[in-house]
Amino acid sequence: MKALSNYFKSLFLLELFRGLNLTGRYLFKRKFTVMYPEEKAPVSPRFRGLHALRRYPNGEERCIACKLCEATCPALAITIEAEPREDGSRRTTRYDIDLFKCIYCGYCEEACPVDAIVETRVYEYHFENRSNSVMTKEDLLAVGEKHEAQIAADIEAQAKYR
Amino acid sequence: MELFNSLWGSLPSELQYLIWTLIKIIVIVGPMMIAVAYYTYFERKIIGYMHVRIGPNRVGPKGWLQPIADALKLMFKEIVIPTNANKLLFLMAPAITLGPALAAWAVFPFDEKLVLADINAGLLYILALTSVGVYGVIIAGWASNSKYAFLGAMRSAAQIVAYEIAMGFALVGVLVAAGSLNLGEIIKAQEGGFFSWFWLPLMPLFVIYVISGVAETNRAPFDVAEGESEIVAGFHVEYSGMTFAVFFLAEYANMILISALCAVMFMGGWLSPFQGWPVLGPLFDWVPGFFWLVLKTGFFMFLIVWLRATFPRYRYDQIMRLGWKVFIPITIVWIAVVGLAVVYQVPWWFD
Repeated sequence: MKALSNYFKSLFLLELFRGLNLTGRYLFKRKFTVMYPEEKAPVSPRFRGLHALRRYPNGEERCIACKLCEATCPALAITIEAEPREDGSRRTTRYDIDLFKCIYCGYCEEACPVDAIVETRVYEYHFENRSNSVMTKEDLLAVGEKHEAQIAADIEAQAKYR
Repeated sequence: MELFNSLWGSLPSELQYLIWTLIKIIVIVGPMMIAVAYYTYFERKIIGYMHVRIGPNRVGPKGWLQPIADALKLMFKEIVIPTNANKLLFLMAPAITLGPALAAWAVFPFDEKLVLADINAGLLYILALTSVGVYGVIIAGWASNSKYAFLGAMRSAAQIVAYEIAMGFALVGVLVAAGSLNLGEIIKAQEGGFFSWFWLPLMPLFVIYVISGVAETNRAPFDVAEGESEIVAGFHVEYSGMTFAVFFLAEYANMILISALCAVMFMGGWLSPFQGWPVLGPLFDWVPGFFWLVLKTGFFMFLIVWLRATFPRYRYDQIMRLGWKVFIPITIVWIAVVGLAVVYQVPWWFD
């Protein structure tokens, strides 16, 4: 009996018509497409994009050269060199992140005791030759200055979960 | 104008005939090429919509210039010929595929009197030409000297042999019902509104014709000859630039041809669906027959795209089973039914 009903089901293409019905209804559904350069998808405050080094409001760099980020980095993308400044404070003389090595895991940001190294929401960047992939301290500080308002707001939004 | 007339008159009559026929061919093939280009755009849009995205929309307003951009790109690309390929056959194959797809339009009736060559064996001519198309695919696969291309060609050959028979038998049913091989006569035999067309008495043949038509043009879900997830691109892996574009054109021209033939054989070609009905009949009398033909053809063109967006590719043995063990028996039985109906003049359609 089952075989007979299956036979007629396939002979009259019943299941095929059900498939056509489904795609036919999708034809008129609202489309999800985001027109990318003009429209952008929403980004979470936890988004892990381009890195930045931050400064205190008085202009002093936050980074104290503790090298926790360098130690925790699973991709060994961070290179730090440090020596005391004239006023006796510990500061970095070199802070490089190789973006080709970086896997954007966000461990550096988690390890940082002073919220100095952060990953911003910026995901639109490119290099025009391979040597530019290493972000130097100046580059990172420049990114931080440019996006400080956004970075501060994101950290504020996440503060209660940390 | 007078100068032109005297010049025209001074030509020998054979030459006049030749030029006149060439002009008619251009009038058919020109719009055909534009239709093919925009059919690709239409397909991408419709499939996009069915995937809940919007399809091409960057080139020109709403992406309307996309097919032109594609054509330009393909024209400027290099034509790569594999070292050990048979050059002559390799370059001939696309032309062999495209030629019949366009030549078949010669006997196609666009309206009551609008046909390039009103020959009596029109149906035979079309059957013959649609079978020639497969040689292009086989030659392309063989001449490429590539394993994938050859696999594609073999699959395509076996598939088209199987479905050609079912398709031929479906058309035998039509010609028994119409009593003529001339496409114009076949349409005239269907006069009398939507329910007098052959799709109703010949329903099984109609369904089989549409499905074998899809298989015949190597379209999804019967696209094992291309099978991009299995054998790269099948018979046209080695083709690039314009030679590839010609295959592409041929495939879409064939799809339009199959759609138009469905409209003629089973849906009454240029006839109005309301013909002879009270109220609605006279209301739509002013609509030109060509409009109805385009509408019906468009429906089948949409159906082919819809099938592609819906179904996964058939397995090779399933295709063979469907062709040989399902379609051919059904068509043979239904030809007998139609034959009896015609002999005993069953009312409504055959009285």
